[in-house]
Amino acid sequence: MIEEALDYIAEVKDAVKRFLAPEGGAITALDGISLEIQQSQFVTLLGPSGCGKTTLLRAISGFEDLDSGEVRIGGELVTGVPPYRRPVNTVFQNYALFPHLSVSGNIGYGLEVAGVPRKERDRRVGEALERVGLAGFDLRKPAQLSGGQQQRVALARAIINQPKLLLLDEPLSALDRNLRQSMQLELKSLQHDLGICFLFVTHDQEEALTMSDQVIVLNQGQIEQIGPPEVHYHQPATRFVAEFIGDGTLFSGKIQNTVENPILVTEDGLSIAVGVGPKVGDKATLIIRPEQLNIAPENPDDSMVILDAVLEQSVFQGATRRYVCQLANGTSISATPTESGDQAFSRVKPGEPVRLAYRRSTPHLIIET
Amino acid sequence: MIGKRESRRLAALLTPGTLFLGIFFMGPLAVMIVYSFLEPGLYGGVEWNFYHLNYGRILGWADGQWEAFDPVYAEIFFRSVRLALTNVAITLLICYPAALWVSELPTRWRTFVVFIITLPFFVSLVVRLFCWVLILRPSGFLNSILLGLGLISEPFDIIYTETAVLIGMAYIMLPFMFLPLYASIEKLDHSLVEASSDLGASPYQTFLRVILPMTLPGIAAGAVLVFIPSLGNFIVPDLLGGAKVLMIGNLVEQQFLSARNWPFGSALSVMIMLVMLLLIVFYLRRIGRTEIVK
Repeated sequence: MIEEALDYIAEVKDAVKRFLAPEGGAITALDGISLEIQQSQFVTLLGPSGCGKTTLLRAISGFEDLDSGEVRIGGELVTGVPPYRRPVNTVFQNYALFPHLSVSGNIGYGLEVAGVPRKERDRRVGEALERVGLAGFDLRKPAQLSGGQQQRVALARAIINQPKLLLLDEPLSALDRNLRQSMQLELKSLQHDLGICFLFVTHDQEEALTMSDQVIVLNQGQIEQIGPPEVHYHQPATRFVAEFIGDGTLFSGKIQNTVENPILVTEDGLSIAVGVGPKVGDKATLIIRPEQLNIAPENPDDSMVILDAVLEQSVFQGATRRYVCQLANGTSISATPTESGDQAFSRVKPGEPVRLAYRRSTPHLIIET
Repeated sequence: MIGKRESRRLAALLTPGTLFLGIFFMGPLAVMIVYSFLEPGLYGGVEWNFYHLNYGRILGWADGQWEAFDPVYAEIFFRSVRLALTNVAITLLICYPAALWVSELPTRWRTFVVFIITLPFFVSLVVRLFCWVLILRPSGFLNSILLGLGLISEPFDIIYTETAVLIGMAYIMLPFMFLPLYASIEKLDHSLVEASSDLGASPYQTFLRVILPMTLPGIAAGAVLVFIPSLGNFIVPDLLGGAKVLMIGNLVEQQFLSARNWPFGSALSVMIMLVMLLLIVFYLRRIGRTEIVK
């Protein structure tokens, strides 16, 4: 029991935090959140803006006091412990580099206030500069660096104190797309090399899927789902997760017919056969991902589900082409077939009817309880 | 590059200001410098002869030889500098914590407090200083209260001392220190304070290493704004310092109004201006070196 507890680098239990809204009333930022974060993992807090992810991060770093609930870091309760005594460091969204200090002054700041002797400080600052690829930039001021370089300084400054947990508050959001993608990979390998746990906050699902070992999806101050990114994508636990992560079309309705051959009947009268599993009378949501759809073969077998639609437009996306179709009830549904499937699609012109097909057991079904 | 049309419009906009400053600011300054080299008239005014003894009197140079140096002017001058510097220190110590405090208030209250601080400007300076006379004189409020409470047995002399002059000067100069300080503290990025704390710095370390250096421009501006008028001030020492605490401003005032020696008053003013310019250039260079690289 005790050993198990030590595996967790951070624990949050029943965290509740409310803010006063400027127009009166309270905003619940954290609504009873509990989670454990394991050692040396890359964990991402993912959610739309206002979901409470930054508040949770600030509760861990110590800048926000919880109304109730507790935070443990390395097994120790940190309620009332000020930020400067917590063994965590933060990479801030706007980097928050000290404009009056040089790059090495910024990076060595944590060591300097801790009273580390100059010689050792210089050595470790040099190492950190090397690690983030900024060797030779030590005398520059932050204003003389590009956005990506500032980002690296912020990162070096935060890891030099060897925190138990590194908190990153949307650090890539200010970078352009190419730089962001290469930084994602760099962050991931940095985390792997250092072996410390990264807790990364983002609203960008692609970022979360790329980097994380574990993704925690937050919505309106509550946890929607915790798990590896693959699970979020293939088996979303809630409708919110299904909509937030990845593309796809959602069909909500009630299960009818028999347990052996269940059929989802949506509110607007669409009947879709689904895989075995749900009970008759269950409320359920079916998620069909674009890559699961193809054009129906001449003689479909029983394992295929056919959807009759009209092709609206085909959009070139680089590696794949997206075919936007409309079902009989007006629902829009997209297909991004693989190369072989693409040939079948390319024969259909916009405005013509198209028969879409997928394997019955492939799309994920969320059963609401 | 500014286009031809823009530059003409710019010139049209700048001309009135330039003319105004040229005539009403540079003009009197030129008159003062010229007068400082002229012979004083017997009953005020000037004789149009070149006369070097105005400066000679200050520096101890007369009739082509060094006379015994009269230290009275140097004494008054150094006292003025000392009082002005002390005043800078006092106002800084009062205003810095106040500005920090105000910057943490909710926005609505901030505006209100800043308004309150500028409120004394609406009342005549002389009237406000006379209030201090009422407070500080032997039978004034301060002594009455202390006597009434039994803290002292007989009224103590505070008016017509340097302390009284400092109280009065700090009082009238507070807004000049507060406003630039507040402006630089208020625009301080709070995330820098958080970053410092996050990196393990105690509040005290954060203050010394982040807040103070980041607000140095505000301190510099406030110090200059308080130092210059404090050095040349003559109303405060006149009302609260009596005849004992003479400052350089009083000396100039006396030369113009009582002694009616305009050239000597002008020479004194030019000397103050020169010394002040030197001090400020030196000061701003030192501060500028530690200031943030833009």
